[in-house]
Amino acid sequence: MRVALFVTCLVDGMFPEVGQATVTLLERLGITVEVPLSQTCCGQMHVNTGYAELAKPLVRSYAKSFQGYDYVVTPSGSCAGAVRHQHPALVPGQQVPPTYELSEFLIDVLGVEDVGASYPHRVTYHPTCHSLRLLRVGDRPLRLLRNVRGIDLVDLPDAHSCCGFGGTFAVKNPDVSAAMLADKVRHVRSTGAEVCSAGDASCLMQIGGGLSRTGTGVRTVHLAEILASTA
Amino acid sequence: MTFLGMPTAPAGVGQLRGDRDFPSAAKDAVQDEQLRRNLGNATATIRAKRARTVQEVPDWEELRQAGAAIKDEVLAHLDTYLQQLEAQVVAAGGTVHWARDANEANAVVTRLVQATGSTEVVKVKSMATQEIGLNEALADAGIAAYETDLAELIVQLDHDKPSHILVPAIHKNRTEIRDVFRREMKGVPADLTDDPAELAEAARNFLRQKFLTARVAVSGINFAVAETGTLCVVESEGNGRMCLTLPETLISVMGIEKVLPTWQDLEVFLQLLPRSSTGERMNPYTSFWTGVTPGDGPQDFHLVLFDNGRTATLADPQGRAALRCIRCSACLNVCPVYERTGGHAYGSVYPGPIGAVLSPQLTGVKENPSLPFASTLCGACLDVCPVAIDIPSMLVHLREQVVQQDPHRLEAAAMTAVAYAMSSQRRWTWALRALRIGRPFARLKRLPGKAGGWTASRDLPTPPQQSFRDWWAER
Repeated sequence: MRVALFVTCLVDGMFPEVGQATVTLLERLGITVEVPLSQTCCGQMHVNTGYAELAKPLVRSYAKSFQGYDYVVTPSGSCAGAVRHQHPALVPGQQVPPTYELSEFLIDVLGVEDVGASYPHRVTYHPTCHSLRLLRVGDRPLRLLRNVRGIDLVDLPDAHSCCGFGGTFAVKNPDVSAAMLADKVRHVRSTGAEVCSAGDASCLMQIGGGLSRTGTGVRTVHLAEILASTA
Repeated sequence: MTFLGMPTAPAGVGQLRGDRDFPSAAKDAVQDEQLRRNLGNATATIRAKRARTVQEVPDWEELRQAGAAIKDEVLAHLDTYLQQLEAQVVAAGGTVHWARDANEANAVVTRLVQATGSTEVVKVKSMATQEIGLNEALADAGIAAYETDLAELIVQLDHDKPSHILVPAIHKNRTEIRDVFRREMKGVPADLTDDPAELAEAARNFLRQKFLTARVAVSGINFAVAETGTLCVVESEGNGRMCLTLPETLISVMGIEKVLPTWQDLEVFLQLLPRSSTGERMNPYTSFWTGVTPGDGPQDFHLVLFDNGRTATLADPQGRAALRCIRCSACLNVCPVYERTGGHAYGSVYPGPIGAVLSPQLTGVKENPSLPFASTLCGACLDVCPVAIDIPSMLVHLREQVVQQDPHRLEAAAMTAVAYAMSSQRRWTWALRALRIGRPFARLKRLPGKAGGWTASRDLPTPPQQSFRDWWAER
């Protein structure tokens, strides 16, 4: 089984620890992970901002980078959603291996719900819109988290509500984005969790930015980092 | 791209465009704490009610697909069904009028009311007449239009605008409503409280006089059945039925996309609409009428069919599904953006997710360039839409049109630069290394220009010492 990691542009440049954790986790589960370095970005930001033409070379380059692999796995529900839902319409007829978001890959492909992780912290989980409504990952991330040793997993109120990031939405509509974020931050605080987790670095950047600015002391940690942890 | 030069909804009439762009109108709206509380409570209540009543229908998904398929069939053969509808309405004793846009529709209705000699009309709640600004046009001709839907009446008395498709006064709580009644409603007791029963009684007394004296009624319609020329209005209060039965003249106004082929199709929509809209299994009042029935109800019946940008919308293969909309407002109630801003920020009678796709299509995107961006693309709207309109994909499609028709040079340059960096492994590797330059700036609490929107309420993440790819290469 040839497995490639699509690390995503945001993780590559800003949150490398998420990519490193994904590699650690998959290797612990006996997978040989490859990282074709010709990969860059799925093009979602361009498409969703109205620049589909600029995204097309990125879509073609995605297919080229991952040609020949059996599976592509990525620590992002949003980027997996873009690959599966936007790419075929933008550049029809490309041969691309199936792209899985991390929790889908672990449960649906590897058939693992207990990844042997240990994480003795109080954690609340934000399920992220594209994982929920584009990929329909359902409770897969929560099933994985419930099997983590020592974790104190607490429900996030109004969890299915968007955090307000929305890519360039956060810049084009900063006030509405901030109002949505304020509610998300309030709900995270109400759980008393030390850590807010999610399967997308972009949503975590938004939530983390709000948690930090309001001095909550709550940290954001990607799902992959918790599942990789054996502390 | 304009589609075969199809005319869009004209400016200067009706309510499809705001005088401000969405981000600036929304900025004021989110700062209104009272508004956000009112909206938060109301949308949460309807959301929960809808979820409960939809859950109990085992074939909901099949119903949605049927609803979508029937609407698509209508849109594919709109000319046929409209002509059939016209023939049947005429055969049943009604008169049919065609209007290209809001101005023509308003002129037709004004002329019809003037012909009766009446200077007052009672109105059934209608999105179509709000869209074309009929009340204002009638007022210009010296004709007073009285809204009889309770929420629509509240908005009208307050000289305000509707902010929700189903609940036009959703932005007001009952104390605010009591204040409007005390100030604007003639004959209301000075000690009126905010008890809902008392408020409803005050409105009932006020409206009863209008029903008994009005000689002309104006309605919209929910559905028009082509095979028999039958029109249908669904409502909760019964005030619509008063308007549809008591006056001598009835004028119904509808957008051309509202026609359905047969009565059997209503089976689908009368299940989909109430559950999606009010979260009820069935709405209290469903009225049907076919032309004129001698000795029973209005003896003078007119149907006004208007286009107002619908044919232009129909011409766009990727946008036309917006015309499936049955105005249930389920997408408004689940939208995290609408929940924070309310409807006024959208500048159109169609707010929320469906408004963000429908309004720019009816007016042309150039006149509503900020609406397609008024969404995080979270997808909640698509999940609840009873006719499965893929609003997120449609928003993305319209964003592309905005970028082409109303280009923003700085943004386009930035997007091109990023795409250039991303299109080569070498350039991308260096671009990520360059992010390190940003490390000292991560502690800044305020960035200049557009980026300032981010730092106004969020801290910046600190760029790492080493990108993932450099770590991998060294590993």
